Amino acid sequence: MAINRRTFLKAAGLTTLAGVAGHAAMELLAPGALEASGAPKVGEYPEALTAKRWAMLIDTEKFTTAQVYQKCIDACHVLHNVPHIPGDQEIKWLWTDSFKHVFPDQQHALVPERIKNQPFMALCNHCDNPPCVRVCPTKATFKRDDGIVMMDMHRCIGCRYCMAGCPYGARSFNFWDPRPFIENIDPYYPTRMKGVVEKCTFCEDRLAKGQLPACVEASEGALIFGDLANEDSEVRRVLRERYSLRRKPSLGTDPHVFYLI
Amino acid sequence: MYNAGKIIPGLVIFLGLVTFPFWSNIGRAAFEAPELVFPETEEECVESGDWMRANHMILLDDWRDLAVRDNLRLYSSETGKRFDMSLTKTCLSSQCHANKDTFCDRCHDALAIAPHCWDCHVVPSIGEE
Ligand code: SF4
Ligand code: SF4
Repeated sequence: MAINRRTFLKAAGLTTLAGVAGHAAMELLAPGALEASGAPKVGEYPEALTAKRWAMLIDTEKFTTAQVYQKCIDACHVLHNVPHIPGDQEIKWLWTDSFKHVFPDQQHALVPERIKNQPFMALCNHCDNPPCVRVCPTKATFKRDDGIVMMDMHRCIGCRYCMAGCPYGARSFNFWDPRPFIENIDPYYPTRMKGVVEKCTFCEDRLAKGQLPACVEASEGALIFGDLANEDSEVRRVLRERYSLRRKPSLGTDPHVFYLI
Repeated sequence: MYNAGKIIPGLVIFLGLVTFPFWSNIGRAAFEAPELVFPETEEECVESGDWMRANHMILLDDWRDLAVRDNLRLYSSETGKRFDMSLTKTCLSSQCHANKDTFCDRCHDALAIAPHCWDCHVVPSIGEE
């Protein structure tokens, strides 16, 4: 029997109705049974730290020598199994550089000596308009709703478009298996494999369990971390009171790491 | 039949090739599931043993995507027990399958499967692998 459009629509309507009624009847007779037979539940830790927009402030008055920074760098690199590879193929999540390299467009002849000569800490800026995300062909790097620019190492194909896209040099490529270059491997954080890109993740896995980023914890107050969208947060209070700089603001990437001067 | 001299030997060769997996296995020992060392202290896996045997790779794949991409890391099993959605911290922890070689590897080796998970995820008991 050929089925025409009218019979088809009638049948489709009836089956939909039966489906809806069937669901309702199931809920009446055996409440919860449908949900229980579905996928088990997944969720967040109740103690997770959450924000509408995470941001970090770097108090450059408290960081005056490379040694002070080293504590934060070590905390980060040890925790995340970041290999120590000497030379220009180094892997870095958190590092220091000179004023003229960190702020190339904010220089003039009369920059105070203190500023000109002190090292500045650098890391991924978790930009609001991140070019690295825009150019990644596999969405291995992506921006979360809370502003964290994430790396999904499982999906990275190592094309390094993101490295070309990032104007801050915040990403490193693994040319080698990093394990021989890690002094003490922490088994509770993965190492990377050869051929993927990595960078700072604002310790998103620690935030998920209610802890602040490792560098912030190690900094003894010199790094401030919080929700920029919340007017009462410490980051907002400090930004109201102190003068701050961001890296290469003219590029329009909208960095969310602020340097308190 | 036209060209019977070519068609019939051709068919014989074709059938021989297609059935190769069957007759080449005649006389070989049947596949035997390897003997696994189960956790001593932990009684309950994330889900039932049968389910895990069939689906552990799907579960791990889901965990990976949920944790990395959706920031969801707490899993409630059928029995309501809660687990950290982490291969290293949960599955490979000392109470469970810290013995990767006598649990994971035995099956994977028997089936000639080499998952890439361990290229990045470290086996805690070994520290480095
Ligand atoms: S600093 Fe670079 S890697 Fe980080 S979000 Fe911005 S563009 Fe991407
Ligand atoms: S190297 Fe990886 S993260 Fe970077 S653009 Fe290519 S696939 Fe994306």
